[in-house]
Amino acid sequence: MAAPELAPAPSGDVHTLSLYVNNKPGVLVRVALVFARRGFNIESLVVSASAHGDFSRMTIACRGDRAQLEQIVKQLQKLVDVVHAVDHTGDQAYETEIALVKLQADLEERAQILQIAEHFGAKVVDYGQDSLMLRVYGSTEKLDAFMGLLKPLGLNELVRSGKVLMARGLQAT
Amino acid sequence: MTQKVPTGAERLVQALEREGVEYIFGLSGGAAIPIFDALVDSKIQLVLVRHEQGATHMADGMARATGRPGVVLVTSGPGATNTVTGLLTANMDSAPIIVICGQTLTANLGKDAFQEADVTGITYPVVKHSYLIKDPREIPRVVKEAFHIATTGRPGPVLIDVPKDVSSAPCTAPFVEVKDLQLPGYHVPGRGKAELVARAAELLRASRRPILYVGHGAVISGAGKAVMALAEKLRAPLVNTLLGKGAADETHALHLGMLGMHGTAYANKAVADCDLIFSIGARWDDRVTSKVEAFCPQAVKIHIDVDPAEFNKVLRPDLCIEGDARLVLEDLLPLVEPCDSGPWLRQCNAWRRQFPLRYPKKGGLHAQHVLDRLQALTQGSAVITADVGQHQMWAAQFCKTTTNRHWITSGGAGTMGFGFPAAIGAKFARPEAEVWAVVGDGGFQMTLCELATAAVHRLAVKVLVINNNYLGMVRQWQEAFFDNRLSGVDLEGNPDFVKLAEAYGVKGLRIRRPADIDRRLREARDHDGPVVVVAEVVKEGNVFPWIPAGAPITDMLIEPPRRKLEKPSGST
Repeated sequence: MAAPELAPAPSGDVHTLSLYVNNKPGVLVRVALVFARRGFNIESLVVSASAHGDFSRMTIACRGDRAQLEQIVKQLQKLVDVVHAVDHTGDQAYETEIALVKLQADLEERAQILQIAEHFGAKVVDYGQDSLMLRVYGSTEKLDAFMGLLKPLGLNELVRSGKVLMARGLQAT
Repeated sequence: MTQKVPTGAERLVQALEREGVEYIFGLSGGAAIPIFDALVDSKIQLVLVRHEQGATHMADGMARATGRPGVVLVTSGPGATNTVTGLLTANMDSAPIIVICGQTLTANLGKDAFQEADVTGITYPVVKHSYLIKDPREIPRVVKEAFHIATTGRPGPVLIDVPKDVSSAPCTAPFVEVKDLQLPGYHVPGRGKAELVARAAELLRASRRPILYVGHGAVISGAGKAVMALAEKLRAPLVNTLLGKGAADETHALHLGMLGMHGTAYANKAVADCDLIFSIGARWDDRVTSKVEAFCPQAVKIHIDVDPAEFNKVLRPDLCIEGDARLVLEDLLPLVEPCDSGPWLRQCNAWRRQFPLRYPKKGGLHAQHVLDRLQALTQGSAVITADVGQHQMWAAQFCKTTTNRHWITSGGAGTMGFGFPAAIGAKFARPEAEVWAVVGDGGFQMTLCELATAAVHRLAVKVLVINNNYLGMVRQWQEAFFDNRLSGVDLEGNPDFVKLAEAYGVKGLRIRRPADIDRRLREARDHDGPVVVVAEVVKEGNVFPWIPAGAPITDMLIEPPRRKLEKPSGST
């Protein structure tokens, strides 16, 4: 299996924020409201456990201009339940994302699909009579390219995990 | 004999007592009965209001008059949603209030139970922080956190939602201290970074036309003395925002009064011409900057704020110092040297002489005349609250504030109905102080049911109603920008406010002519109890100076324009 490739630096207007928050009800709403109020669209949002049970991680990919983002990060930091909020755009960080894809494909198409899958390091996780399910991971751009190739080949369902990220070295995420 | 185990409600009330709470403004209801019951045996005095919005403004007025948090207690559902306007008002103006709401049983949450409202959900955008207590053991900690968060850093409202089963259950959880709190995401700035303070001193040294722009942050941190010391040492003029009134003495020779949309002409001219503007806890609000790109582009900008989210929000200052205004100024003072500001001060004083605040004393009764006389009578010794509208701007212009926390009004939210209940709160907090509420006929009618509250407590609040039978500020806009097509501003059907006051058992007085002003104001002042003084002013008075919203401040109108005005590009 091919090693997941290093994500390229996020382009132009896409920003990735990492939040370390109290693991309490309502925190997600408080965070989401900061984005909604300023009309920032969230591209993906991942909430998960952290190494410490009292806290959670949020990784948020969003789109918008930099001055606005600066305000958003400050407003997030202002929330009592947010321990810290960091904009990792342009930082040394490892990012990845997982996607599951379902394809409706006949035998002839399957050969082509499997060839593409191999190239992208995708694994077949369900092999049915009329359908295939693939799992692939890597950078957002890699996944976008993968989906682009599969689209004409009977792409039926798509589920993406959203981006997760960790700062490299000993820098805090 | 075993000691009785307290209920959650009793523990809650004990926790409030430990915070030094003397008054709670509230209105009861089913889900809050256990808490009201616990208040029966408490030394905390419950002030029963007539509408929950009034309770929030009373708590807010108390908080702004003292710096200590005001507390509100209401029931679930509509009782709780009626506090939303008060929360917004407190949040916009950084006022520390604690709103405690009863809530339906925990097991009923989300089931549309009677008088259920998701009040934490509804209020997220208008609180500094909020709690829904699901376990009675959390009560002492939540109360301690709520007071800590409401009063420190940039203050603000905190809401605590208490389900009825939580307030009814036994609770023996120990009380906690601030040092026991786990708030890793909450940081209270103190002193400014030394290198930034030094940099501020350097920038000030290079300035010949500096101006200090004093905001609510200076009031909240009690920075007044340091502000005056800085102004005097630098020999720099100062201006304040609507909410910054009182931090520094507005009658001081270096003080140019309020700046902004309806500020003094000389304050705005000085701001437009300065080479350095130094915000001390002021947030470059749109009432001040108007057209941001044109807001003294030539000037070096320095900004002190306890809330770093205010930095680079409206404009990008040359230097931002995160910290408490008083502490930062105290560190800065020894580093600054007098500016070579002689010509600059002479220029400012020339503007002051050339463009004084003016108003007609003939042709009927003018609101400005009444407020000018109120100023002459009280000389800054009274706590003055103002509602929202034309009378608020006139009061801000004519009632010069000399003492911190003597001026209370809703600035950010512009909440009509705020002024009168805020005065009630201020009077409870400071019974020795003379307290005047300056209100308009529109705003007064939004919360005047609290006349009953004032009457019951024989609270000597003096309400001065500037009655022009219009929603005057909007009428002024419609006259200037919309060809005088009046829409939704005529308050035809106003009651006789004197009779209305009397119906509540409150003394009512009327001012019809300029000759009545002093006599009636004195009579109101000397009466030992609440008074409503109604000034029947000319209907079509307008507030000047005036910077149309969104226009550069250099486009200020000092007098009524002769030409038709363009519709303003600013929001409101």
